[in-house]
Amino acid sequence: MSRSGGTRLWAIALAVVPLAFLSVFFLLPLSGMLARGFWVDDALDLSGLTETLARPRVHRVLWFTAWSSVTATAVTVLLGLPVAYVLYRLDFRGRQALRAMVVMPFVLPTVVVGVAFRTLLAPSGPLGSLGLDGSSVAILAAMVFFNLAVVVRTVGGLWESLDHRREDAAAALGASPAQVFRTVTLPALKPGIVSATTVVFLFCSTAFGVVLTLGGLRYGTVETEIYILTTQFLDLRAAAVLSVLQVLAIVVLLLLAGHTRARRSQALERTGARSRVRRPGRGDLPAIATTALVMAFVAAPLLTLGARSLRQGDGWGLDSYRSLGTTGEGTALLVPVTTALENSLRTAVDATVLALTLGVLVAFLVSRPTRTAGERRGRALLDGLFMLPLGVSAVTIGFGFLITLDRPPLDLRSSPLLVPVAQAMVALPLVVRALVPVLRSIDPRQRQAAATLGASPVRTLLVVDLPAAWRPVLAAAGLAFAVSLGEFGATSFLARSDRPTLPVVIYQLISRPGAENFGMALAASVVLAVVTVTVMGVVERLRVGSMGSF
Amino acid sequence: MSYISTTTRRRGRRTSTTLATVGLALTLGGCSLGGTTPGEETAETPSGDASRPAETGPVVVATHESWALPDELLARFTEETGYRVDVQAAGDAGALTNKLVLTKGSPIADVAYGVDNTFASRAVSEGVFADHEPADQPASADELELPDEAGAAALTPVDYGDVCVNVDDVWFREKGIEPPRTLADLTERTYQDLLVTPGATTSSPGLAFLLATIAEYGEDGWQQYWEELMANGTRVTSGWTDAYTVDFTAGGGGGDRPIVVSYASSPPFTIPEGKRRPTTSALLDTCYRQVEYAGVLQGASNPEGAKAFVDFLQSQEVQAALPDNMYVFPVDDSVELPEVWARWAKTPQDPLLVDPATVADRRDDWLTTWGEITTR
Repeated sequence: MSRSGGTRLWAIALAVVPLAFLSVFFLLPLSGMLARGFWVDDALDLSGLTETLARPRVHRVLWFTAWSSVTATAVTVLLGLPVAYVLYRLDFRGRQALRAMVVMPFVLPTVVVGVAFRTLLAPSGPLGSLGLDGSSVAILAAMVFFNLAVVVRTVGGLWESLDHRREDAAAALGASPAQVFRTVTLPALKPGIVSATTVVFLFCSTAFGVVLTLGGLRYGTVETEIYILTTQFLDLRAAAVLSVLQVLAIVVLLLLAGHTRARRSQALERTGARSRVRRPGRGDLPAIATTALVMAFVAAPLLTLGARSLRQGDGWGLDSYRSLGTTGEGTALLVPVTTALENSLRTAVDATVLALTLGVLVAFLVSRPTRTAGERRGRALLDGLFMLPLGVSAVTIGFGFLITLDRPPLDLRSSPLLVPVAQAMVALPLVVRALVPVLRSIDPRQRQAAATLGASPVRTLLVVDLPAAWRPVLAAAGLAFAVSLGEFGATSFLARSDRPTLPVVIYQLISRPGAENFGMALAASVVLAVVTVTVMGVVERLRVGSMGSF
Repeated sequence: MSYISTTTRRRGRRTSTTLATVGLALTLGGCSLGGTTPGEETAETPSGDASRPAETGPVVVATHESWALPDELLARFTEETGYRVDVQAAGDAGALTNKLVLTKGSPIADVAYGVDNTFASRAVSEGVFADHEPADQPASADELELPDEAGAAALTPVDYGDVCVNVDDVWFREKGIEPPRTLADLTERTYQDLLVTPGATTSSPGLAFLLATIAEYGEDGWQQYWEELMANGTRVTSGWTDAYTVDFTAGGGGGDRPIVVSYASSPPFTIPEGKRRPTTSALLDTCYRQVEYAGVLQGASNPEGAKAFVDFLQSQEVQAALPDNMYVFPVDDSVELPEVWARWAKTPQDPLLVDPATVADRRDDWLTTWGEITTR
């Protein structure tokens, strides 16, 4: 009794740091903006609620957000599974390169991807005859393009580390390959699939740049609507109503995910025997064919981007890359692109350290075995709280920073630290999602055995948890780094002009006249993608044999 | 034999893993933004340092993402006045204005630059700005002041740009079609499916173009014009970037629309390498003038520095740097323009204009109606 009380105190003490961080940099700004929307003349005014929800335009926006994110998530998961299988279970040359390629879209600035997609789909483009320009299909395609990496890496990492002997046993007992997949493999992959689905859904439902660029004005999501309401109409009431809806949507989503997860109580078996990668066989043909199609789909916009970055007048050349050391045509920029890259890398290091430290703490707390229902609820709440930043508009939080962090002791709104903090906020949930399944899969009996043998809690942590978790931690670090390098929404709002990050500079270049600036923007995007993939590649090397990458 | 090769390979992998780990550790240790670099130190000096006289504290400037004045100019300002400049640039003109309105009473900066004449009245009527008028404002700038008294007292014009319909002259020459000249021409059958414009709700040139049509056809007539425009196959994109670089025939993306809404200053950027003439031109009868203002923020902690900075923005050196760095025209017409600008970036004698106060009043309605017409 006293021991469990002590553990609880200790757990609460550990939770204080990440909770304080979340409160200051997320809950406070969010509630500040909500208060502006709902408190009129010192009184609670909920008339905005009914008024906003009655607008036909809001109905349209809500409906489009719901169906586009559900559809895009479903398509991403369905396409991602065969790709995960092929890239993580089959042995063939070039799979490392393909794994890297899947990650590239994840970090490309959305406005650049928008231009790449539109170059392909515009009536004058190579795929113009499909008539997809400005259609909802184009938006869905872009959402899938961005988020495939989440599914492929999460599920692939898990798949790679499954103990193949259970599948072998099922097959030996006469199960057909389809039966093996359905009764053995799929249940084992379920935590990864649920995790990935949740994250992809949140990314899709808050997609912003691609919806604006590809949807023209015909389509709007809750996220783009909040942006327009806040920055153009200054209609904070309606924006607050939509923000509340966003929060509600996440809560429902997390309850659903928690429900699915709760039904799976078996601890994952992690034996030394890793699943064997094997040569592709005839039965793999459908998966390989799907993967080939998906890779072509991912490659097309990337190649468009690469090709346009090499365009030079009427010919081809490397001028756009050479000018990355300059500030652009007619000095469009304050710092050369190379300096922005350096800023990006520095910021990303800060954000990664921050996200990782807090993420490890949260994941550790969330994954401890629970004894009482109260504890379980407390942990589920903690888990859910840290997912919130993925689903709430960056514009709301950005404006919230300005109105709530303006006086001591929290006079932070012009601090250069805000950028890495905002990026860490986006990366943190992904770190938690990557680590929790791994930590949960550690058999509690191992810890008990260590304790029985006289190991202190710290020592148990070092000899039991750490060996299982260090590779996933590094994988999460790679991911956090990638997220931070590519983050644009919050960063563009906060970045100081003397310290712009690469995505911010790309955006500036692409918004200025001059073919040279445009070429530079594309070249810089290619550099951003390559740098990210290199970082992830390094992590991939470290990550040998881990599970549940993100 | 095979045994040896396996171990070598294994060792090779371990070495690379170790190297990667070391590399990562070094990166973590060496590259943090928190590390001190010269920029960091100056940026972090607290404004409330009691040992310094107030005059040498920083001037915090809130501006939009297009800010691009070179550091040398700011250094000269510091040299002349003793104030260090701390620039906070983010968002577009709309986001900037709304930030200022939201943080009224606890301003994010001492001075704001970049609020334009489509947003200015909202900010002025909300009481965001304190009055300040530079003592020696150039005469040419007087005409660009806000028409109402409160606005003129609070905001100082710094630059302007004209949003005009641009045409690809080469395309029209090759097709043997006469390019359009006026807004009315754009609804003619000859120009069916040829125009692309950024949207008014999501883009500042898009809004300017909408205002141009309101100026031309009146508050009751523009809706009809836009219906005809849409019926004539106008394509609306969300931003200037993809309208110009994807859809425009002369924007480098091989688009299929030879008419685009862009700036009067766009043509000089289409002079082909080794040639002297641009391949595009702006239609000067279709232009809406966007004027950008600077103003001292109400409640600024460094009002004197803020005033000095507003004056500085109207100085010859800044005015001369505006075209090359920020693609806008200086309000001081005595400043010499860069050669290609002087030759090829023509500005209209009589740009279209809507009274800024009316814009502030009616903007939301107009945008809603416009959104309905264009997404029908």
